[in-house]
Amino acid sequence: MVERNEVLEVRTTNDIVRVRQRMREWAVEAGFSLVDQTKIVTAASELARNTLEHGGGGTARVELLVDGGRRGLRLTCEDHGPGIADLQLALKDGYTSRDGLGLGLGGARRLVNDFAIDSRPGEGTRVTVTRWK
Amino acid sequence: MTAERPTRIPEILRKHEAEMLRHWMRLQQEAVTRRRDLISDQELQAQSQEFLGLLAAAVQAAGFADVQRGAEWAPVRDMLATISRSRSIQGFTPAETAAFVFSLKPALYERIREELGTDANGQFEELRRADELLDRLGLYTAEVHQKSREAVILRQQQDMLELSTPVVKLWDGILALPMIGTLDSARTQVVMETLLQRIIETGAEVAILDITGVPTVDTLTAQHLIKTVTAARLMGAECIISGIRPQIAQTIVHLGVELGDVITKATLADAFAMALRRLSLGVTRVTSPRA
Amino acid sequence: MDRIPILKMGDLLLVTIQVDMHDQLALTLQDDLTDRISRTGARGVLIDISSLEVVDSFIGRMLANIAGMARVLDAVTVVVGMQPAVAITLVELGLALPGVRTALNVERGMDLLRGAVHDRSLEVSDDGRAE
Repeated sequence: MVERNEVLEVRTTNDIVRVRQRMREWAVEAGFSLVDQTKIVTAASELARNTLEHGGGGTARVELLVDGGRRGLRLTCEDHGPGIADLQLALKDGYTSRDGLGLGLGGARRLVNDFAIDSRPGEGTRVTVTRWK
Repeated sequence: MTAERPTRIPEILRKHEAEMLRHWMRLQQEAVTRRRDLISDQELQAQSQEFLGLLAAAVQAAGFADVQRGAEWAPVRDMLATISRSRSIQGFTPAETAAFVFSLKPALYERIREELGTDANGQFEELRRADELLDRLGLYTAEVHQKSREAVILRQQQDMLELSTPVVKLWDGILALPMIGTLDSARTQVVMETLLQRIIETGAEVAILDITGVPTVDTLTAQHLIKTVTAARLMGAECIISGIRPQIAQTIVHLGVELGDVITKATLADAFAMALRRLSLGVTRVTSPRA
Repeated sequence: MDRIPILKMGDLLLVTIQVDMHDQLALTLQDDLTDRISRTGARGVLIDISSLEVVDSFIGRMLANIAGMARVLDAVTVVVGMQPAVAITLVELGLALPGVRTALNVERGMDLLRGAVHDRSLEVSDDGRAE
């Protein structure tokens, strides 16, 4: 169940900072430990940057979740950019796209509990990650 | 759908509260599930009374709809959740906890029968509603109890993890972690957090990870060890892995496990000696005899 | 803040990063540092990240880049004060920052730097060139 949600524009590098800050605020509110806060905020930074630099800009939806007794923080980064042709490759560590920007998806995946990616070449990419308390 | 007759249950609950409470208390006290050792009669009475009041109010406000999620039923749910959680911690079983709700049935049915004596259809309708309602509330109570238990178990596991990863200060600037048992990813997280915290507290520059008590070292375990070493390194502390038994050494070579540039020593003593050297420290024999 | 200040202490440069940097600020820092090392002939760079609560792969690469460029300019880089939560996250991300020396705090970092700079100035090959 979504207790609260907010959509942030990701169009400039300053927006990446805003996404980090929002994630941090909500993670603190949800009662995450410092290490868990850092993990989800860092993952958010990676994904938002991908959206901006690989996807040409898009949105970041932050959601505070409640499921039974536990609370979670979910982030969905979406763009309508070139998409990722070979997802398997992109999820492997050390994968970089053609202009040398590391997508860091494999790493970001290790920082969260739930990870889902939907990408179609020519249409765009959507990555959803969740960290539970 | 035919129009349902308005329920008379709130009225019945209020009108017969005293007798119902007495009857219900008697049923609870006589039940095999009564845990006198864990909760006193006075306390039970107070809780029962509160429940009856909240129940009447909720049925009055919202009927029987949306018991699991509706706002009008929140006070009842909250009360049951509180009782359930505390019972769970006290050591009641889910059945013993849910019995609180289920045991109300006979007491309520008695009063429904009394009030609607000659109206067979009406009686059936009210009994059915009461039955469904109390079933739902009883199950809710059992669910909360279960979740509460799971939370306790999780916390205990966490505590055990922390206890089983002590960090010992061998000397100024030198820490030792005797690791016992398998090193899975959950354990690694705890080890890293504990180690890094101690590095800050003690200003340690060397940390010795002793794996004498780790049964096997496969690729995954090695990864976890390397993660720990890397994390410590990022904070300016070097790690030495000690306690490498001959079998472990063989496994590492056979599996082609890459330990990179991590320093390894057979024994904790060797590792300690190396740590001292690294900090330009030495051990000297005191030659003057004790007075 | 449009630039992160770089302090000069003898032949060492000191940088304290206290804000959540946006990408441009990080790139500017990289450029500024490279420029300063080159102009002042600094032998060591100390980067204090004890206030940084998040270090993602971009910042991680920035630190590695600075260390790399400094090395080419014959200077040693030490990063100090990484927070435990940040270290654990970086490791999980798969960033080990090879080639970046680290120390617990500024004091240790300075000791490390002075020692390293001293060692490097002793590394002179047969034909008289510094290593």
